[in-house]
Amino acid sequence: MIAAALGRSGAVVLFLLRVLRQCGPALARPGDIVQQVYNTGARSLVIIMLSGLFVGMVLGLQGFDLLQRFGSEDALGVAAALGLLKELGPVVTALLFAGRAGTALASEIGLMRATDQLTAMEMMAVDPLRRVIAPRFIAGVIAVPLLVAIFNVVGLFGAQLIGVQLMAVDAGAFWSQMQSAVELDDVFEGVVKSFCFGIACSLIAVYEGYHAKPTAEGVGLATTRTVVVSSVLILLLDYLLTAAFLGR
Amino acid sequence: MKPQRSLEIGTGLFVLLGFAALIFLTTQLPGSGLTLGSSETYRVTAKFDNIGDLKVGSPVSMAGVRVGRVESIGFDVSDYRAVVALRIDRSFDQIPEDSDASIQTQGLLGGKYIGIGPGGSETFLNEGSQIEFTQSAIVLESLVNKFFANFASQGGDKDKSE
Repeated sequence: MIAAALGRSGAVVLFLLRVLRQCGPALARPGDIVQQVYNTGARSLVIIMLSGLFVGMVLGLQGFDLLQRFGSEDALGVAAALGLLKELGPVVTALLFAGRAGTALASEIGLMRATDQLTAMEMMAVDPLRRVIAPRFIAGVIAVPLLVAIFNVVGLFGAQLIGVQLMAVDAGAFWSQMQSAVELDDVFEGVVKSFCFGIACSLIAVYEGYHAKPTAEGVGLATTRTVVVSSVLILLLDYLLTAAFLGR
Repeated sequence: MKPQRSLEIGTGLFVLLGFAALIFLTTQLPGSGLTLGSSETYRVTAKFDNIGDLKVGSPVSMAGVRVGRVESIGFDVSDYRAVVALRIDRSFDQIPEDSDASIQTQGLLGGKYIGIGPGGSETFLNEGSQIEFTQSAIVLESLVNKFFANFASQGGDKDKSE
């Protein structure tokens, strides 16, 4: 059990190294990457923006309810901004990305495996890692931080909508307290987290797809495992990164 | 050719939106963040006995109007005082040289800021000048401690006299 888990994580790391080695050559074909950024990033935009809006609105409601008990509802902007930037933005976006784009990647690659497309590429001396895996991996790493930034901005707008428009928190206090309390380091922390989550999500998706059993059941299993493994990995990484940033 | 074109536009739009969001987050959210097209400023230093929890980026204000921000906080080993560098906007370049700087608190539990009270001198603060008259942060905990210590000793005296 433990040996199996160790073996799997080792295999994932080795696969990451193999993919990274192919990333340089893959950059020579930017068209492939653009195509994948569109598939994984641009087409996740609607779900990310909708979720961001609702998460921000909930944050506005809950934050207001909590803060008004202490008579400090002016701090709503700070609470919403820090909550979104440091935790909710990166984590929720990465989880949604794993569900929306990670599964699509895994099943696409798994199906390529099942229909022997990857083998055919190898027969033609085309490295599938270079032509199929690396562009998808790079695209995921590019897309997640951008999606997180969009999620954060939309979320802030949502919190502002509830806090200022509905609950009548003073707009000036909302924004100015936020600006005086949020430091550039907080934004930086969110960006670092989103990069790490982007790498983790994309890696797990392409790994599970590439190593799927070439059967219908195998592809289904790979898709499921993508969601399960990336979700757990995101939350684990989130804890580690938070601890590292707080310990600085 | 048509689908390829719309794909590129879609991707470009997404990347543009993402970067716009990132720029908004880095420039608009943190008050001390990266500023685009920074205005002219000058630097003034002040020494304090105790700066409390003043932070880099805390506002510097005069009569409640924000005139600049704290640029850096250092420590002078020769007289064991904190050296605070203030970056003040060039549009406020007529602050008298003998003005005083005090560390104050926004609200009861808010963050610290530096308030500048104007002096009466004819010469003005300029790049590199130092504010001589400073007043340290009032540390709420020590104030409360002092109050209770006072209270307790008074109570003790009363017990004794009775």
